[in-house]
Amino acid sequence: MAFEEKSAWVGLIAGILTLGIYITVVLSRAAASSGPMHETPYVDAMLWSIGIGIVVMIIATIALRAVSGKEGSATDLRDRQITARAEHTSRAFVVIGALGALVLAMLELPHFYIAHAVFVGFALSAVLEGIARIAFYRAGVPSW
Amino acid sequence: MVKPTQVTNSIRALRFAAGEMTQAELAERVGVTRQTIIAIEQGKYSPSLEIAFLIARALGTTLDAVFHYPLADDEENTQ
Repeated sequence: MAFEEKSAWVGLIAGILTLGIYITVVLSRAAASSGPMHETPYVDAMLWSIGIGIVVMIIATIALRAVSGKEGSATDLRDRQITARAEHTSRAFVVIGALGALVLAMLELPHFYIAHAVFVGFALSAVLEGIARIAFYRAGVPSW
Repeated sequence: MVKPTQVTNSIRALRFAAGEMTQAELAERVGVTRQTIIAIEQGKYSPSLEIAFLIARALGTTLDAVFHYPLADDEENTQ
């Protein structure tokens, strides 16, 4: 398995886990409070999930590089093409999240929903990017 | 699933003809990873023209001896 494919697996698993934990934490807080959903405290959990996701990826990449050695962690044009293609494939979710946030802001809805539109867009984009990278490594790189 | 590329190749046969060159050796000569050579051999990746030339050169042959592209229907009819 190519180094970048292993990295894609780590990124995908880390992305799904941090998103899953974040959703669980916020939903459990919402269930515990009697107020409306948008008053649920989320900022600390969101920042932690973003931070943990980044730290996990950095540590995992360093560990993978150490295990794979210099030859095993080499990358080439195909790796860069797959990364670019996967980013292109997943970019739509970032745009949808941003547009959703824009509409929510125009409607002057609570910050809770605006922040989540952006966050979910980013998170789904990251997950789709991971899935696309793995698919391109396994099934081949489709031509444009 | 749609096949990633219509380009086929004879890399595997040519590697054996070239003193049973391994995928790793070919990858090193071309300057790509072994996984890329495997993907090209399996038709899962269409290499850049530059890499295609480097592969042909590493195998001691020409580009059209390594890579093949199916003829279009009208081309087949004229032959």
